[in-house]
Amino acid sequence: MSKGSSQRIAEALDKFQQEIVDDWIKEQFAATSARRDLMNEARLAEQSREFLATFRTAAQSYNFTDIEATEWSKPRALLGEISRSRAEQGYTPAETATFVFSLKQPLFTIMRRLSGKDYEALAEDVWTITVVLDKLGLYTTEVYQKTREAVIKRQQEELTELSTPVVKLWEGVLLVPLIGTLDSARTGHVMSALLEQIAQTGSAFAILDITGVPSVDTQTAQHLLKTVAATRLMGADCIISGVRPVIAQTIVTLGLTLDVITKSSIADALAEAIKRLGYTIARS
Amino acid sequence: MHSEVRDTLSIVTEEDSVRVRQVTREKAVEAGFNLVAQTKFVTAASELARNTLKWGGGGTVRFEAVDASRGRGLRLVFEDHGPGIPDVELALTDGFSTSSGLGMGLGGAKRLVDEFDIESRVGVGTKVSITMWR
Repeated sequence: MSKGSSQRIAEALDKFQQEIVDDWIKEQFAATSARRDLMNEARLAEQSREFLATFRTAAQSYNFTDIEATEWSKPRALLGEISRSRAEQGYTPAETATFVFSLKQPLFTIMRRLSGKDYEALAEDVWTITVVLDKLGLYTTEVYQKTREAVIKRQQEELTELSTPVVKLWEGVLLVPLIGTLDSARTGHVMSALLEQIAQTGSAFAILDITGVPSVDTQTAQHLLKTVAATRLMGADCIISGVRPVIAQTIVTLGLTLDVITKSSIADALAEAIKRLGYTIARS
Repeated sequence: MHSEVRDTLSIVTEEDSVRVRQVTREKAVEAGFNLVAQTKFVTAASELARNTLKWGGGGTVRFEAVDASRGRGLRLVFEDHGPGIPDVELALTDGFSTSSGLGMGLGGAKRLVDEFDIESRVGVGTKVSITMWR
């Protein structure tokens, strides 16, 4: 990359900033990826103007190859912000990256006009611009991806907590309706929530309902047994309910023994707990 | 006997094993298994996916539709390039575990399915295939 090309582009940005930005904004509105439903024109124009200003400043360094360099920190920060907000608003990655990629056209137009008939110089300029804008475009995609991953992670955490409530069913009887896959993370949540409730309420029984657990394999069984063991250490007893016929068959075939009271339904489990607590239920 | 590969999934993370369970369930329903067979097969797949991840350091699972004289069925082939199992007989013994697990996984998986086949070579990897007939 000769210095000539970098210099030409930097000067063009300096001289024709207004023209480029107008052209660019027009380009973005014309593109099918313009999301008028998500962003108004004034906001997009403002973002474009802001970005081009930082781009122009960074270009004065004549460094168009290494966007990790400090002179590019401002455009990168701005792009990061734009990508993050777009990811959260529901733009697609393509729509997000188009913001940067659509700047190529206006820049090419200017460089072509300035080049006169010097096609070699023009080819060089086009290449320089392509390299830097591609890198910036990929950067927006990267930030977009990370933002989405953060969203998914947050949702996963919320889901784990949501799906493990501890409910007081009767005086001295707690219910934990387990739903979904019982992995280590969820077992950890269940256990701490349950033990805390046992300590608070002084409950003597905890019913672990596995109606909503799709399959019980050795790891699930081990997690259940750990929860039972911890409950016993707290001085309470466990009843596992919601053992469906297919699950019962599977557990037996696996060769597992659940050394704990099991009942097929929550109703049976509650009746058992009440009986053991010394109550009798009578129809009046 | 004729078999046809329907799908291949990689098992690299914990989420992948959840995906293996889901896909196995789908394929088992598609294959027309009854609820007991579905549940047994999914549970066996779950054990093997975990083994692939935990002991094999990750690998793949291949879903095959098999057609033989005895009928049609579904086959899952788990493959890893991990350290391999020195003593397969011992690994299949209930209660044998080199970790804090229950040691029922491999033997349990074998009992859950109609056909079970394991090949393992130390330093090369392990290949386990399970088949369930309709």
